[in-house]
Amino acid sequence: MKKNTVLSRAFLFLMFLFLYAPIFVLIVFSFNDSKSNAVWGGFTLDWYVQLFQNQTVLTALRTTLLVSLLATLAATVAGTAAAIGFSSMRRRSRNLCLTVNNIPLTNPDIITGVSMMLLFVFAGQVLADLSAWLNAQSWAEQANLWFNFSFNLGFWTLLIAHITFDIPYVILSVLPRIRQLDPNLAEAALDLGASPLTAFRKVVLPELMPGIINGALIAFTMSIDDFVISYFTAGSQVSTLSMVVYSMVRRRVSPEINALSTLMFVAVLVLLIAINVRQARQDAARQRELRSAGRV
Amino acid sequence: MRSKGAAIPYVIWMALFVVAPLVLVVIYACTSRDGTPTADNFSVMLQYAAVFGRSFWLAFIATVVCILLGYPMAYILARERGRLRSMATMLIMLPMWMNFLLRTYSWVFLLERNGFFNTLLSSIGLPKLDIISTSGAVVLGMVYNFLPFMVLPIFSVIEKIDGRVIEAAQDLGASSAQVFRRVIFPLSLPGVLSGVTMVFIPSVSTFVISRLLGGGKKLLLGDLIEMQFLGSAYNPHLGSAISLVMMVIVLVSIGLMNRFGEGEGEAVLL
Repeated sequence: MKKNTVLSRAFLFLMFLFLYAPIFVLIVFSFNDSKSNAVWGGFTLDWYVQLFQNQTVLTALRTTLLVSLLATLAATVAGTAAAIGFSSMRRRSRNLCLTVNNIPLTNPDIITGVSMMLLFVFAGQVLADLSAWLNAQSWAEQANLWFNFSFNLGFWTLLIAHITFDIPYVILSVLPRIRQLDPNLAEAALDLGASPLTAFRKVVLPELMPGIINGALIAFTMSIDDFVISYFTAGSQVSTLSMVVYSMVRRRVSPEINALSTLMFVAVLVLLIAINVRQARQDAARQRELRSAGRV
Repeated sequence: MRSKGAAIPYVIWMALFVVAPLVLVVIYACTSRDGTPTADNFSVMLQYAAVFGRSFWLAFIATVVCILLGYPMAYILARERGRLRSMATMLIMLPMWMNFLLRTYSWVFLLERNGFFNTLLSSIGLPKLDIISTSGAVVLGMVYNFLPFMVLPIFSVIEKIDGRVIEAAQDLGASSAQVFRRVIFPLSLPGVLSGVTMVFIPSVSTFVISRLLGGGKKLLLGDLIEMQFLGSAYNPHLGSAISLVMMVIVLVSIGLMNRFGEGEGEAVLL
């Protein structure tokens, strides 16, 4: 292919400008000592100070971190187990499982969100009806029992939703690792007298680890980043950071959101760099391994 | 390893939280508020034909603009040598990983009536522009948010094209325009197809972009669905019917597109 001309370089420059300039302006104006979003009034960190005194933001931050961490933890364990299970299934049932596994990835977020909301509201209603029916029974009255199984949208439904859309990412990053796994390794461990559990813990798990950790990192960023699905499944009492951003944008409280944006951008940047550095290190290690294997 | 059992908990989980919700969407779509089967939800939806039309039209325009901007960008990037090329994937992905509410907000910030652009314009003596709250702003928001989803798959496909194929075409006397039209473009189609999917689906179902940049005046499908579930017009039955129809149209059009592009090789997923 021919080399790029000045014109195509200029086009490339304009495209990257288009992608990055808005974010850059946002970051610059988070340090602006004026409420205006156009006039520069000097440097300040006031918006960051205000942000850290804003209870709504702090509560949402806590919720976001808690949900993301718990969901990542649950999804990593469940996803790894599921990937191992999938790989030992017969082809037809494995394909069916993988198709269903792909649904949350391909479906529009809003559909995943509203369908889960429907399920939670429906289940809450059914359980409320069940409790009312049980309470109306004479034996319950005689035993002085009062049932209340009903629940509302809130932290737990949010967590279930996050686990559900996180697991597919873990599975997709663990499955290739399982395919590369040498089945003789686990058998060798068993032959040498390891119990199946020890063989899994000492031999299989370390081999899968890179895939598991990458999956966990992707799941965590997805959870932190999600807005639409949380918006529909969190109810009105609980908010994630994204939901707070949404309501702040709608109420137009500008410099504080700029500060929040900057912090979130930096956080994602750090995560992304961590993932890439890990990846680069793994690649380098694999290359070294290949090279030394070649030498022998 | 013989450990099929390990998948059982997740299979149950999927049945409960992936399949059952979609079944509920179908059930809600086909029943009225008192639970009797009805097709009313679908006939009521005819009132909103304009919203369907607008959503698909705007998402279509956004997808076309993404191809027109994203294809050359990916192509030029793939021809680069050295540092820029090795950093290309990272550079395209970085804005994609930023929270999309904030990406959308950055344009609200720039385009507002008293925002960055308008102040800039009036400071050099030009009249203010009312870009925000128009369909144009909504399309801009879609293009800005989803452009990386178009560039990345095209870039990764073009990057992997075997240089010898191109040299062979040149040796056989093809001009550079012919090389592009007959060799590079057909080989890059799978990337374009997966880019189209990844731009079109979030564009057609968005409610955030239209709410923030469109001023909430011109409804899109996403807004309509959101209103039925969380907004003033609370009616999950109608909302489910709209969701169902949207999902079916999207799946059918993506399926058709992939069938159409099947001869060109498998679509690449990211």
